[in-house]
Amino acid sequence: MLSGDIFVPAVITFILLSGVFKGVDIAHEFACGAKQSLLTVLDILPSLVLLMTAVGMFSSSGAVEIITSVLSPITSFLGFPAECVSLAVIRPVSGSGALCTLENILSRVSPDSFTGRVASVLMGSTETTFYTISVYFAAIRQKAGQLVFAGACIADLCGFVFSAVIVRLIM
Amino acid sequence: MCTISVVCALIRSNTNALSIAAVESCGEAVKLAISLAGTMALWGGIMQIADKAGLTAVFMRLLHPLTKRLFKGCDEATMKNISMNITANMLGIANAATPLGIAAVKGMSKQGGINMKRNIAMLTVLNTASIQLLPTTIATMRAAHGSTAPFEITLPVLIVSLISASAGCLTVLAFSLGSKKNAVR
Repeated sequence: MLSGDIFVPAVITFILLSGVFKGVDIAHEFACGAKQSLLTVLDILPSLVLLMTAVGMFSSSGAVEIITSVLSPITSFLGFPAECVSLAVIRPVSGSGALCTLENILSRVSPDSFTGRVASVLMGSTETTFYTISVYFAAIRQKAGQLVFAGACIADLCGFVFSAVIVRLIM
Repeated sequence: MCTISVVCALIRSNTNALSIAAVESCGEAVKLAISLAGTMALWGGIMQIADKAGLTAVFMRLLHPLTKRLFKGCDEATMKNISMNITANMLGIANAATPLGIAAVKGMSKQGGINMKRNIAMLTVLNTASIQLLPTTIATMRAAHGSTAPFEITLPVLIVSLISASAGCLTVLAFSLGSKKNAVR
C-alpha cells in the first residue's frame, strides 16, 4: 500500500515547495487559511450535534436491520447481494457505520467474490450524503430544499444499482 | 429520523440502547468536530498556500469547461473554491474538500442571484456522489482481507460515481428548469 501511504504527504510537500518557489510567506498564509477553517468548524458544530445524535439513535435502534429485512425480498429478486443491502442503508447516514459494515462483509466473504466487489464499489462510489448536505447547509444557515434531496437521493440510488450492474458487466 | 429510530427500537425492544446512544452521540459530535478541526485547519492552511502559489488557478483552468456549464454566474473566487473542491474530492482528500466546498457555498449564497439555489444544490450533489480516482481506504481494507487485486475496483468505482454524479446533476437541472417554468406561469 505504498501508493496510498505516500500520497497525502506528497501532496502537502508539493504544495509547500511550490509555495517556497513562488516566494509565498508560508507561515502567515498557512495561519490565515487554518484560522478560516477553524471558524468554519465552529460554524457547523451546532448542527453537527443534532445530526450526530439523530444518526447515533438511528444506528443503535436496529432500524437498519428492519429496513434491510423489508427490502431484501425485492433486492434478492433483482440480483443485488443480500449482504450489501444493509451497507446501502447505512451508507448515506453514517460513514463510520458504513466502514464497520464493509469490514464485516469483507471478513465474511472473499473481497474478490461478487458480493465483496459490489460492497467495495458501492462504498467507494457513494458518500455520507446526509452528513454532507447538513454540513453545507449549516454553513450558509439555509434550509436544504427539495432540489438538493432529490438530486442527492437519485445520485445515491444510481450508485447502489449501478455498483451491482457494473461489477457484473466488467469484472 | 428520530421518529423512525424510536419506532424501530420499540419493535426490537432495545429502547435502553437507544437512550444511551442519544446521550452519548452528542458528545461524539463534539469529539468529531475537534478531530475535524485539526485536519480541516491543516488543509485550510495548505490550500491557502496553494492558492498564493498559483496552483489553484491551474486547476481552475483545467476544470473550466465543466464548471462553467454546471455553475452559471459565479464570481471568480467561488469558481476557484469549486474547482479545488472537485479536485480534492477526486484525489480522495475529503478533509481538504469540505472546507473548500463550504467556502464555495458561502460565496454563492452571499452573491445571490437567480441561479444561486441551483448552484448550491449542484455542488452538494457533486460532493455526495464522490468521484474518486484512487479509492485507497477501501483498497487497504480489501488487501487486509486477502484480496489478490485490491485496486481492481478503481475503474468500476469511477464509472459508477460518474453515472450517479451525472444522474444527480441532471435531476438538479431538470428540477430547476421545471420550477422556473412554474414561476413564469
